[in-house]
Amino acid sequence: MSESLLKVRDLKMHFPVKEGIFLRASKFNKAVDGVSLDIAPGETLGLVGESGCGKSTLGRCITRLYQPTAGSIEFRDQDITHLGSNALKPQRQHIQMIFQDPMESLNSRHTVGDIIQEPLIVQNIGDRASRAKRVLELLNIVGLPARSVTRYPFEFSGGQRQRIGIARALALNPKLVICDEPVSALDVSIQSQILNLLIELQQEFNLSYLFIAHDLAVVKHISDRIAIMYLGKIVESGRSEEIYRNAQHPYTQSLIAAIPVPDPHRKVQRQIISGDVPSPIAPPSGCTFHPRCPSAMSRCSQDIPHLDSPMTDKSHLVSCHLMD
Amino acid sequence: MSEALLEVSHLVTEFDTDEGVVRAIDDVSFAALAGETLGIVGESGCGKSVTALSIMRLLPQPMGKITDGEVLFKGRDLTQLPLTEMQKIRGADISMVFQEPMTALNPVHTIGRQITEVLLLHRNYTAQEAIQEAVKILDRVGIPSPDIRMGEYPHQLSGGMRQRVVIAIALACNPSLLIADEPTTALDVTIQAQILELIKELQSDLGMSVILITHDLGVIAETCDHVVVMYAGKVVEKGSVYDLFDNPAHPYTRGLLASIPRLDTIPKAKLSVIDGMVPGLLDLPQGCRFENRCPHSQPSCTHASPLIEQVSTSHEVSCFRWQDL
Ligand SMILES: Nc1ncnc2c1ncn2[C@@H]1O[C@H](COP(=O)(O)OP(=O)(O)OP(=O)(O)O)[C@@H](O)[C@H]1O
Ligand SMILES: Nc1ncnc2c1ncn2[C@@H]1O[C@H](COP(=O)(O)OP(=O)(O)OP(=O)(O)O)[C@@H](O)[C@H]1O
Ligand code: SF4
Ligand code: SF4
Ligand SMILES: [Mg+2]
Ligand SMILES: [Mg+2]
Repeated sequence: MSESLLKVRDLKMHFPVKEGIFLRASKFNKAVDGVSLDIAPGETLGLVGESGCGKSTLGRCITRLYQPTAGSIEFRDQDITHLGSNALKPQRQHIQMIFQDPMESLNSRHTVGDIIQEPLIVQNIGDRASRAKRVLELLNIVGLPARSVTRYPFEFSGGQRQRIGIARALALNPKLVICDEPVSALDVSIQSQILNLLIELQQEFNLSYLFIAHDLAVVKHISDRIAIMYLGKIVESGRSEEIYRNAQHPYTQSLIAAIPVPDPHRKVQRQIISGDVPSPIAPPSGCTFHPRCPSAMSRCSQDIPHLDSPMTDKSHLVSCHLMD
Repeated sequence: MSEALLEVSHLVTEFDTDEGVVRAIDDVSFAALAGETLGIVGESGCGKSVTALSIMRLLPQPMGKITDGEVLFKGRDLTQLPLTEMQKIRGADISMVFQEPMTALNPVHTIGRQITEVLLLHRNYTAQEAIQEAVKILDRVGIPSPDIRMGEYPHQLSGGMRQRVVIAIALACNPSLLIADEPTTALDVTIQAQILELIKELQSDLGMSVILITHDLGVIAETCDHVVVMYAGKVVEKGSVYDLFDNPAHPYTRGLLASIPRLDTIPKAKLSVIDGMVPGLLDLPQGCRFENRCPHSQPSCTHASPLIEQVSTSHEVSCFRWQDL
């Protein structure tokens, strides 16, 4: 990759866990624990991993909804990790977020028109008339009728509400959109409409996406590269095709094996990893995947593996002792 | 072929609402065969959960009622049973796993208490025997250290473990029919795979029938023998899982199958979509309910509702034009 739009280095987000009668933080929830990633202009990076592994937290750090504990975020060649809200403002309009549950993220007492122009008002862009024009433009882009302007979110279906969220995210012509499970709550038939829309918008406006999801078929469809996260860390990443064809990390392999295939002739006996995701408050020693890993060796419970490029495709990174 | 354990025929369920009576399911018929898994698929709001609740006689009261049809289970019409009889069947002969595990568990009671309650209600166990049996069942659904978990509360368990506890409760009395309403939708792929594998395993061990409600076609393909496709309160197609995936006859089923991204679709290629929206239950069209979205509709489709026709011995469809497609 020649140029990066977003460069994240060794990012950490440790939430204090308050315990006991003095409510002193004696432990930390290491939700994101040393993540590095790059996203190029016009590129989609898919981010997958089990519930609770830190995907949303990572997204929220990048949009600076959370102040990360350590590490750096560089956006358009500027380190934005510690910018105050005024200094951040010009960059923030270029990073937007689409949320999993449109009903939660859209204020139900505001009209669709108000919701979509809110970012314009916050950023002090345009006057009343030009904002109204922009709202109509955005509704048209996401395929909603102009008369939606005066209506309320609850009058729309799930898929249409998600389009409202997308219209709002696009209002400021962002460069990067963090899509946090934008289709997980939707029906298959609506899901494909939204995916088509996101791909079209990307091609038209050269958008970059960080696309968070747990449906791997969806992620593969939309992503150029994929990163797999486990307990706050990236355990494998690489080009989308390479990951699906040549996954190396046992966790990635088990994720791919667990995808239900919509073809009854391929009822396969799957290899299923057992056990639940361990707590990020007391993560296992060594490789944090070792209690569930079918290939775990004795050193796995002691030595922490690091992301490395053991393959001929040097952009393919794996963090596992099996690679040594 | 095995015989029908449950036969739903011409079932109609209606709700009283402020805006009038809505018919949530209309003339629904299908059979669940002994020892098999029947899948029910369809868009959100098409009546899958209402169908399940009607079979269980658990419709919200007083708004919901079955107004026509029958539900034959082991030769008895469940719609006509006195409630006390129905209560005996529920949990013992037919069990249900609900869409959201947290609603099925009582947050203030321990896991152990919730399982033993079911056992004591339906079996002649002493308290001691019920506890032993409960530990066994938790172990069977793959809960580690079941004796410790017995004393814990739902909030102390992860989502996947909670769903396994709900399944454990549903299976406590070895039912002959399990109705699972989206048992894995809230879970991620690895936990989903565990739960589906568990249901399959228990099914072959205990010989029970399963009705699996989901909108995930991958899950259907992997676990079901037969499939019912619903649209706007009606059954539009049913058949063996091979009929449905290899030779879908209804335009809606075809649209669904075409719209899912698969691992082998070309990245970023345009996915096909079903345009338009499901009609509301209060303004259903006279003719075919899929007409406003159907790429093959013709004027005659708006006049009358298509009847169910036989495609093959195992395969039925409700569309005027299935033979032309
Ligand atoms: N504001 C917060 N304060 C404290 N802990 C938090 C906060 N937000 C998230 N966490 C914790 O951080 C961890 C990661 O959560 P996160 O929401 O990032 O997971 P996720 O990968 O997005 O999961 P899901 O797929 O379920 O959305 C969890 O243990 C969660 O409880
Ligand atoms: N208590 C109720 N009062 C009025 N209408 C209801 C009631 N419960 C359900 N309905 C209506 O019945 C129809 C079928 O609902 P149902 O819950 O069976 O859908 P579903 O297929 O299970 O959808 P999902 O996939 O979203 O769970 C819907 O249109 C719904 O609005
Ligand atoms: S480092 Fe060891 S435990 Fe971790 S994934 Fe590799 S083999 Fe498994
Ligand atoms: S009956 Fe007509 S409108 Fe309905 S699905 Fe068949 S072709 Fe389409
Ligand atoms: Mg999340
Ligand atoms: Mg439902």
